[in-house]
Amino acid sequence: MADAPLVVARGVERRYGARRVLHGLSFEVHRGGALVVTGPNGSGKTTLLRLLVGLAVPSRGTLEVGLDRGRLGFVGHEPLVYRELTALENLDLFGRLYGVPERRERIGMLLERFGLWDARAERVSAFSRGMTQRLALCRALLHEPELLVLDEPHSALDAQGAALLDQELDELAGTSTIVVATHEPDRVDALATSWLALGAA
Amino acid sequence: MTGYLAAVAALARKDLRVELRGRDTLPAMLLFVLATLVVFHFALPADVGDDPAYGLLWVALVFTSLLGLARAWVPEREAGALDGLVLAPTDRSAIWLGKTIASLAFLAAAEVVALPAFVLFFAPLDANALAGVVLASVGICAVGSLVSAMAAASRGREVLLPLIFLPLAIPIVVGGVGSSISEEPAKFLAFLGLYDAVFAILSWAAFEYVVTE
Repeated sequence: MADAPLVVARGVERRYGARRVLHGLSFEVHRGGALVVTGPNGSGKTTLLRLLVGLAVPSRGTLEVGLDRGRLGFVGHEPLVYRELTALENLDLFGRLYGVPERRERIGMLLERFGLWDARAERVSAFSRGMTQRLALCRALLHEPELLVLDEPHSALDAQGAALLDQELDELAGTSTIVVATHEPDRVDALATSWLALGAA
Repeated sequence: MTGYLAAVAALARKDLRVELRGRDTLPAMLLFVLATLVVFHFALPADVGDDPAYGLLWVALVFTSLLGLARAWVPEREAGALDGLVLAPTDRSAIWLGKTIASLAFLAAAEVVALPAFVLFFAPLDANALAGVVLASVGICAVGSLVSAMAAASRGREVLLPLIFLPLAIPIVVGGVGSSISEEPAKFLAFLGLYDAVFAILSWAAFEYVVTE
């Protein structure tokens, strides 16, 4: 079944105590597609993305992703890196954990592409927010994921960083599957193959 | 298996590197264990004998380890790094094992200072007592790494860690003191070995459930 959807959500609900964040959510994402998730603050965008990558489980319903977690790439609200390690050390650690072939070359290429090569030996604690976000993107792309899940990836990036991200997403479109939550739908309009608008919880 | 061990080694090395940079945990552990032994030295009457002193050594070691365990997952909490580790395709128990090895290295470093200080202030340590320290340290770090991960995920982490860890450490203290003062230390060493095996397997198997929502 070549056209079987990569992500299938059926009646997904997620509660935090008495608070229901997501309710009865159903959608599909096909391989090579790009789902753009929009909605106001508190509508459950971040929760949905955490469910997608397996960092949380639905309280009710099913959410199936037809990939091992090693084929997922995730950029969240936090960079998911160690502040006391350098950019190079962080990427080397995650490269080892993901078993990235030709790790050093891949890390070097990503650091160059996202403009962090000169800062590779600096600790992340000394990075600006934008540099940290660029490093988070390098970490998420390190293992060439088949499904890339991005939570407001343009936040904190300057114009150059945002342009680099747009270029990267354009290159990935059609080959990788992308799910992106954003408050800037215009930025990813050309990329989108489907939209999911979440209402206030 | 090679990939698993390589991941464990990378994770433990990362913890040692983070500590080397930040120096947040080890200096505090060293100062605490030394200060505790000095306080005990002046608090204990001179004619009390050796046996109570061995008990105090174990009090000092357990609370020193607690100090280290309380900070064990701070680097993972700071920028969501634990989520990054959980998403990696390696078995999640590797995260626990890496943390256990790093915690053991910190505790061993504190013991390298604490044990000579104990001999200087209180009483000699024989091979059985040293074997007890080694086995107890493994148990403390195996259980402690799991419990501190559970505590780190909660809001009341500072309170929760000692509340869960100290009751679980009671058998370790019993085994450790027994190996130091009993006439049959082998029984207590075997007890510590069994404790280590059981709780290491339980922690290894349970860690997956601790790190997912």
